[in-house]
Amino acid sequence: MASLQMAALLSAPSTPVTSDRVRLGPLRLSASSSSAARNGGALVVRSEAKVSGGGVSARGLSLITHAVAEKAAAASSADSKPGHELLLFEALREGLDEEMERDPTVCVMGEDVGHYGGSYKVTKGLATKYGDLRVLDTPIAENSFTGMGIGSAMTGLRPVVEGMNMGFLLLAYNQISNNCGMLHYTSGGQFKIPIVIRGPGGVGRQLGAEHSQRLESYFQSIPGLQMVACSTPYNAKGLMKAAIRSENPVVLFEHVLLYNLKERIPDEEYVLSLEEAEMVRPGEHVTILTYSRMRYHVMQAAKTLVNKGYDPEVIDIRSLKPFDLYTIGNSIKKTHRVLIVEECMRTGGIGASLRSAIIDNFWDYLDAPILCLSSQDVPTPYAGTLENWTVVQPEQIVAAVEQLCK
Amino acid sequence: MAAALLRRASTSPSASLLRPLSGRLFSSSSDESVLSIETSVPFTGHKIEPPSRMVDTTPKELLSFFSDMALMRRMEIAADSLYKAKLIRGFCHLYDGQEAVAVGMEAAITKADGIITAYRDHCTFLGRGGNLVQAFSELMGRQAGCSNGKGGSMHFYKKDASFYGGHGIVGAQVPLGCGVAFAQKYNKEGAVTFALYGDGAANQGQLFEALNISALWDLPAILVCENNHYGMGTAEWRAAKSPAYYKRGDYVPGLKVDGMDALAVKQACKFAKEYALSNGPIILEMDTYRYHGHSMSDPGSTYRTRDEISGVRQVSRERDPIERVRKLILAHDIAPASELKDIEKEVRKQVDDAIAQAKESPMHDPSELFTNVYVKGYGAESFGADRKEIRATLP
Repeated sequence: MASLQMAALLSAPSTPVTSDRVRLGPLRLSASSSSAARNGGALVVRSEAKVSGGGVSARGLSLITHAVAEKAAAASSADSKPGHELLLFEALREGLDEEMERDPTVCVMGEDVGHYGGSYKVTKGLATKYGDLRVLDTPIAENSFTGMGIGSAMTGLRPVVEGMNMGFLLLAYNQISNNCGMLHYTSGGQFKIPIVIRGPGGVGRQLGAEHSQRLESYFQSIPGLQMVACSTPYNAKGLMKAAIRSENPVVLFEHVLLYNLKERIPDEEYVLSLEEAEMVRPGEHVTILTYSRMRYHVMQAAKTLVNKGYDPEVIDIRSLKPFDLYTIGNSIKKTHRVLIVEECMRTGGIGASLRSAIIDNFWDYLDAPILCLSSQDVPTPYAGTLENWTVVQPEQIVAAVEQLCK
Repeated sequence: MAAALLRRASTSPSASLLRPLSGRLFSSSSDESVLSIETSVPFTGHKIEPPSRMVDTTPKELLSFFSDMALMRRMEIAADSLYKAKLIRGFCHLYDGQEAVAVGMEAAITKADGIITAYRDHCTFLGRGGNLVQAFSELMGRQAGCSNGKGGSMHFYKKDASFYGGHGIVGAQVPLGCGVAFAQKYNKEGAVTFALYGDGAANQGQLFEALNISALWDLPAILVCENNHYGMGTAEWRAAKSPAYYKRGDYVPGLKVDGMDALAVKQACKFAKEYALSNGPIILEMDTYRYHGHSMSDPGSTYRTRDEISGVRQVSRERDPIERVRKLILAHDIAPASELKDIEKEVRKQVDDAIAQAKESPMHDPSELFTNVYVKGYGAESFGADRKEIRATLP
């Protein structure tokens, strides 16, 4: 597995990298990021299974290994294995619950998050536990409740705003762009907006065009925003916790079809890095960059590719803004071929930006043009077959890799 | 010395005034005796009993009203000249004529209470404790500005005084303000938030959304409509089917206030604060007027007549907030006219000095382009999509 301890691979000047401190930086829970009464007992686990960060938990734990969730393997449940098994939405809930317990300024706002338990059950049970002032049912008014979340974040609260479907947050776009993303800058650093905006997006099972939107492409140019996409229960919980603890506004993209993924996750508390990509499957021949649901299509294609004799390296980029060019760059230096598989539209999607970023930084390492497989530039049709053709399917990924490796 | 109660007779401008019974000499500003002054226009309530027209004030407070408003007026006039001299660029929305709202509100609340407003925020910033040098530096884009020069005219903020800005998008500050009120309730602070907006913004849907949520959750939010009767070039009757903005909260009570009378504003804000702390949101409509156009690029006379503007200003019409307080001070022998003139001269000098100082403040270094995009620390290290700091060499 490529080591990341090396001098800065990016040619642009940056802070000098010392040998023990990689570009990722030790991710400490900064004391300033929280109010009083924090227990700094969380371990920060990075994808190459190294632990960093301040404060080893008092429980004196052994290392948590990074769990790769491949669809088939996750179901095996030997009782002797450490950790506990749960579904992705339960992992999100666990992360949220732990953060709400730990920090009284964390609150949840959204439609039907309280008494109803959340339309995808992510917040189920939280209202009974924390009360109506911390788990708030809002009326259907995205623009204003997102604005209210941002306003309360200006004073120091840490709201988690849920869009019942990411597409509904288009109504709150003004608040997210102007107030959420820009307030820290236009106020000269006076106000921080530690808000988390989350919700399911992506193409589901025949949900129709308006409920199958991919907002990561719309939000990606907003300065000041951070975006992450979760894909497994393990990273869902870790990213949820990291997003809540972050001082910056974070948009956490979940996927409608991934909520019922099952995986065994550690019992111990862990937080993941918001800016880090996940190495799903190391390989030698081609780098496949993907995120969210497409990860599973890629892994399915990977099986076929392996049978055909290819050795793809699959990276789940997880951090959509900013991109983790370290992990990506290291991979490109090894394989020299890149395929991006995403669910965004071809025009102006995450893949488009990622492609530019790779070309800007790693042009000399490429042996072939970067291929980008994205969804078609059409409103997602209702008809099942048409919907399947809108998104990238494993067969297309196999064909693309074969073309790249010719 | 017994407090001398002076009653202002009816609404006519040159009503005879009762002389104080005790032969008090011209008071110094440390005189704390309470004066009860009647507002010239009564309050109108919607679903609420309006407060009394008799406002308690002190000579000290009246003098402070005068000097604060004179400072604000002078600042705005100076900003006008700076803009024409191209030292201030972009948008510049001036508040002269509306000073009574800023000053009256401050007199009724503390720095723990929050204020959020739209882009006509220079005077509100001063009222919250901002100083002139910060204001002018920000307008001229210098480092000493209150937002480091990166915000501009529309983005003045002062966190330590609970002044939440300074927002460019019409109406978007009201949900933010309700969010601040939510946080105040969440933290049990016993404070309220005033979310100011204009008659133009009063037609924004997000206002009603935020009001609904605030009423549902009983938030200590006070929505204040600074009705200067023109949404840029559109008169209120052309934009709103119901220009009675204080009534538009429907289930939320409202109060209509003469916004050119600092004492009426003070009374209304005090009343609203007490109400909001226990009962949830309330709407205040400040009937006010702006002398300048909407912004510096708007002459302000294409949609209203010059007669109207001067009519409001004229002393005999008595609406100008500063003239009104001047008359009160003179009528109650709080200070002689010459002292007031001195205050105005002093204010002029302060503004000129502040401008000179602001001009000395340095312009930005190119590296400042990238500061404060993200909060450095947990989880965030870079600025661009590429996860590195982009260092641009600017010519």
